[in-house]
Amino acid sequence: MIAEIGLAALWLAAALAVLQMLAGAAALRSIDGSVHPLAVYARPAAIVQAVLAVLAFIMLLRAFAITDLSIKLVATNSHSMKPFIYKITGTWGNHEGSMLLWVGVLALAGGLLAGFEKRLPDRTMGATLAVQGFIAIGFYAFLLLSSNPFERLPVPAAEGIGLNPLLQDIGLAIHPPTLYAGYVGLSVAFSLAMGALLTREVNPNFARAMRPWVLGAWVLLTLGITAGSYWAYYELGWGGWWFWDPVENASLMPWLAATALMHSVSVLAARDALRTWTIMLGVLAFSMSMLGTFLVRSGVLTSVHAFAVDPERGAFILALLLIYIGGAFTIFALRASAVAEGKRFAAMSREGALVFNNVMLSAILAIVLLGTLYPLLAEAFDARVSVGPPYFNPASAIFAIPMFLVMAVGPLLRWKEDKPARVLFEMLAIATVLIAVLVAVAITGDYPLLPVLGLGLAAALALAAFLPLRGRKLARVPVAVWGMVLAHFGVAVSLLGMASEGAFTEERLAAVAPGDTVKVGDWVITLQGVAPVAGPNWTAIEARVAARQGDGAAVMLAPQARNFWSPAQATSESALLTRWDGQLYAVIGTQTPDGRWQLRVWWKPFVTFIWYGGLLIALGGVLAIIGRVQVDVKRRKAAELGEDRRAGLADLVPEPAE
Amino acid sequence: MIRALAVLLLAMLSLPAAGQDALPPAPYAYTQLEDPALEAKATALMHTLRCLKCQSQSIADSDAPMAGDMRHQVRSRILAGEEPEAVRAWLIERYGDYVSYSPEVSQTTWPLFVVPALLALGALLVLVRRLGRSRADETAAEGDAA
Amino acid sequence: MNASGTPSRLRWWMWLPLALFAFFAGLAGYMLTQEKEQFVKSTMVGKPLPAFALPPAFEGRPGAANTDFQGGKPRLLNIWASWCLPCIAEAPQLEALKAQGVEIIGIAIRDRPEDVARFLERHGNPYTRIGADEISAVQLELGSSGVPETFVIGADGTIRYQHIGDIRPEHVALLKAELEKAQ
Repeated sequence: MIAEIGLAALWLAAALAVLQMLAGAAALRSIDGSVHPLAVYARPAAIVQAVLAVLAFIMLLRAFAITDLSIKLVATNSHSMKPFIYKITGTWGNHEGSMLLWVGVLALAGGLLAGFEKRLPDRTMGATLAVQGFIAIGFYAFLLLSSNPFERLPVPAAEGIGLNPLLQDIGLAIHPPTLYAGYVGLSVAFSLAMGALLTREVNPNFARAMRPWVLGAWVLLTLGITAGSYWAYYELGWGGWWFWDPVENASLMPWLAATALMHSVSVLAARDALRTWTIMLGVLAFSMSMLGTFLVRSGVLTSVHAFAVDPERGAFILALLLIYIGGAFTIFALRASAVAEGKRFAAMSREGALVFNNVMLSAILAIVLLGTLYPLLAEAFDARVSVGPPYFNPASAIFAIPMFLVMAVGPLLRWKEDKPARVLFEMLAIATVLIAVLVAVAITGDYPLLPVLGLGLAAALALAAFLPLRGRKLARVPVAVWGMVLAHFGVAVSLLGMASEGAFTEERLAAVAPGDTVKVGDWVITLQGVAPVAGPNWTAIEARVAARQGDGAAVMLAPQARNFWSPAQATSESALLTRWDGQLYAVIGTQTPDGRWQLRVWWKPFVTFIWYGGLLIALGGVLAIIGRVQVDVKRRKAAELGEDRRAGLADLVPEPAE
Repeated sequence: MIRALAVLLLAMLSLPAAGQDALPPAPYAYTQLEDPALEAKATALMHTLRCLKCQSQSIADSDAPMAGDMRHQVRSRILAGEEPEAVRAWLIERYGDYVSYSPEVSQTTWPLFVVPALLALGALLVLVRRLGRSRADETAAEGDAA
Repeated sequence: MNASGTPSRLRWWMWLPLALFAFFAGLAGYMLTQEKEQFVKSTMVGKPLPAFALPPAFEGRPGAANTDFQGGKPRLLNIWASWCLPCIAEAPQLEALKAQGVEIIGIAIRDRPEDVARFLERHGNPYTRIGADEISAVQLELGSSGVPETFVIGADGTIRYQHIGDIRPEHVALLKAELEKAQ
């Protein structure tokens, strides 16, 4: 019954998406004054569609929660003995379920847009909803026709196959939902950009409407990527937090586009400049999301994280990409030249700095795209190449370094035009910090170039993030500016974590017997013993490891080598010890023939800053949203007050003769 | 992001081999070199070599027996005095570019190196046109207003 | 309305995203139709057999060295292991090749003598020599990335052909042909 309700809800939602698209398109045809009768259905259609799609998702959740083994998806991905939390999160730990989450977020975003966005002209709103509906139709079709999550088994299974043990982790509860909310949320930015382009409404008013949607999606995407990175770091067992793997890049590319978009839309809102850029980035961001969905699910690229490798489904998604991305880029090419030139600005100005950084971000996006797709291109010519960190790191650094330097100075510049002399003191301060740190690190040891540059830039950026506050009354600084300060500071913190981990990590590998010690950093690690333990759906050998720093007390760590039985799989559960200045990472391996155990320990200085930085960035974004909403509410109140006053005044004063 | 990592382990266990051997790992598979400088060189190299039995991991990160054997080769050769690039070349000679995560400039990979250069050039052009032109128009506008 | 800017100059780069996307879509579409390359091929085909000398894998046969492939006739080099399931499947085909007069020299990867002996007892022994490669050193030298694999080695000691995976009945004729070619 649950499954049938869910499926019916999906079909209804799809039908409503059609209505939404037609109604929105009808609004486009309204010519001053007379509204097409169909147009009024666009908003309600979007809202009800959202409710239905979410309902469908809840039905699937319920099916997993009660382990309804008559549903094929549950039978192939769940197990009655799985801990309850993992039964729930397992709903999206597979292709069909995660695709339903994808579509659910798409519908929800459209519904929220329809319900809350009142600032745009009706024609633009109509076009926007039409585009949103149009996209939804394609993905409903994909779900219903080729990836039906509610498919029933002719005979209910006796027991499920179980969920991949690596996914039986709290990370699955956080990473996919936030990630999807982020990059599918960018669909709203896409629809808004298309709507504005189609109705020639690219102006500050439109930008002000678009901004919170971009910020919201961007914050969620930042959280999603941060969560995914940390999850991979502690789950996979070798302490890697980023590998430039195709699936990882698939989430980074929308983020890069969204970051550029976010800055661009702010410029459009504040200064009525960068019109074409903003539209292009709006279209590009969600296009990257859809491209990522294709790369991850089609199997054209090899990846540690790839799932649901299915060329047929891949072909379906590619067809959708052709329609949506191809269509959007075509309309852009045809219409963009009609977008009027925005206001002028000098090279040395805040707009100039933002243009520079947009170009840098776009270049990094292009490089990540090239590196990710290159093995595919090579394969077409029967060559097999691997493109990994040794390529991506330096290639993106070429553009990232100038970007960080300009990012340090940009917020200090005035809009429209500024003189270098005015910010000379700040620039010197930043340069001093940068050079001092670079020299200090270079002197103390022989470290690789990029991490050293990263350390210097991180220090410089950390200072630069707070410089815009210089000379201002802190209590009167707008919340949105605090958001910018915090977000930029978060970038510095994250960069510090990445550079520090790259330069200062120490690793010790040893075969140890109980009682043996290993030294790493200024820690002394002692293996006390190894014993078997059992969990709800696994058995493991657990090592008891004592870690002591200098004269401090010993802390116990318990890394495990686990064996799950349904499905049969071995995993390595790392043990982490977090201090303010770094993290100890311990992994227990197999036993050597002479009875000793393979112990692998890392000391990673400041590695946690990578994810703290990510959280700070997201928090900065949240503050920016709050700040903008505050300003918006104030402005609206002031406008209303002005209206009231004017109305009152009009009653007293007779109309002057025209 | 971490979906069906079962594929990873399946890949390790499957085609063409479908079982696990009983022998211990190679001597240098899980033992570091004594000299920290040599070990650092070896580790840096291992992070850029691909595990051929895995979906996409470096040999430094993989527990597959073959990855261990490759680590043994890397460490033994560096201990014997070979340069990391020579060891990489030795592996590429046997498995092709696929085994190295660091693409070398060649007939098959030249776009990877040309494109960033073109991007830098393109970025410069865009910036000069966008920011340069604006300045010229700015002064022209001021001239008109004066 | 467009300012005194240059509409025609603007227009060409606005088509760039579409052009790039079209290129990508074409590439992706084409690759979706292609079989995904599952195996990593050796790039040593055409090159001389690297020097190696392996101890015997078990008592019943001598060890293997690259010099064993010099002179006389082309031979097969079979990379296998007792713990490899497809090796069981290809045992009859190896016997068939041996019956046709082909000399097969084996290299057992990461195997213990007792396991090798047990495997050969159960599934037959088509090898004239078997080398024990306990740390996959020779396997890496050859550019082999798994078991089972079979190489055709010419009479002059050059690697002529690589067959990845177990030898199915239909591959027997293929390998015979490659051996003929290598004369």
